[in-house]
Amino acid sequence: MRASRAQEIWVGIFVAAGIAALFMLALSVSNYTSYTKGGQYHVIVYFDNIGGLKIRAPVTLSGVTIGRVADIGYDKEKYQAKVVLGIDDAYPILTEDTQASIYTAGLLGEQYVALELGAEDQTLKDGDRIYHSQSALVLEELIGQFLVKLTSK
Amino acid sequence: MLDGFAALGHATLAALQKLGRAFLFLLATLGGLPALLPRPRLLLKEFFSVGVLSLLIIVVSGLFVGMVLGLQGYVTLSKFGAEESLGVVVALSLVRELGPVVTALLFAGRAGSALTAEIGLMKSTEQLSGMEMMAVDPVKRVIGPRYAAGFLSMPLLAAMFSAVGVLGGYFVGVGIVGVDEGSFWSQMQSGVDWREDVLNGVIKSIVFGFVVSWIAVFEGYDCVPTSEGVSQATTRTVVHSALAVLGLDFVLTGLMFS
Repeated sequence: MRASRAQEIWVGIFVAAGIAALFMLALSVSNYTSYTKGGQYHVIVYFDNIGGLKIRAPVTLSGVTIGRVADIGYDKEKYQAKVVLGIDDAYPILTEDTQASIYTAGLLGEQYVALELGAEDQTLKDGDRIYHSQSALVLEELIGQFLVKLTSK
Repeated sequence: MLDGFAALGHATLAALQKLGRAFLFLLATLGGLPALLPRPRLLLKEFFSVGVLSLLIIVVSGLFVGMVLGLQGYVTLSKFGAEESLGVVVALSLVRELGPVVTALLFAGRAGSALTAEIGLMKSTEQLSGMEMMAVDPVKRVIGPRYAAGFLSMPLLAAMFSAVGVLGGYFVGVGIVGVDEGSFWSQMQSGVDWREDVLNGVIKSIVFGFVVSWIAVFEGYDCVPTSEGVSQATTRTVVHSALAVLGLDFVLTGLMFS
């Protein structure tokens, strides 16, 4: 009976340590915490070119991450890229004339959507559209334009 | 000439037969698992010998694998001036690949071989037939608890391996080579996705636990009941488990992350 009691304790410790390890992986290694912050609302924005933007890329406001890119698709009627942004419910402050731009974090870094607020009083609701957008800078296009300028002189 | 074909045919049929036996055995084992519910003590004892006693090797290996990843990752990343991404590199490689796979390989060597040897010896000393004589089903009494303990402990062990590995990478990365602590953790958190990476790693380890435990108990139960047969069965457990784990890992990675 005694030996079995010690075994019980060890098995208990084992299972607890395993679950604790899973919790650690969830809470401090991965982005689990950002899943649990309550709901999101979605706004739609169209870009001429999204460059290398990916789903789940951050959406920032003054550099603070306030949401993630929820979906990316191509709109066949507008002939533009359609990006759905999932914004945390904690930030219901986006004005109707918000501008969305695609920037790159660092020289080789990931691309993200940066929002800049406008001056309107009305705020965006779930399913609304952001009208002002600025496409991603594609390095090859810039170099191409630069070369054209050089040669046209 | 005909003898050659006969040998080939014999080998093929034997392999197919073994596969069939293994599958029927798995069904019988799974069918016998509900019999464990009224007697959790049986499971407890096996959980101790399979799970708890594997802790040491798993934790120590996890720590060292994490530390090596920290060092190697730093050397490579510093060439691109991206040392800050060390946390992501360490965490992603552990959670997605190394955690489940190395744990399964170590588990096959540490616990799988022990399971096979134990069951094989029980068979060769006719303890299993003795149980059958007393109307005790050895699949329910002996195999079931060992099988359940094996596949339940694997995800827990893999999670511990990954967690300890991340800590090992942290000690080396932040403590020794001097990556900034804040960016180590924050880049890790923004780069590792809970569902895509962590949960898929857990699913991998569940699959590996299922397969490695299956191979271990089946080889023991199916061994030739001599001392030589038991030793061959133990070897086969380790070899087949390792091959199955690596092969399945490729398939699972293809399904999950492509």
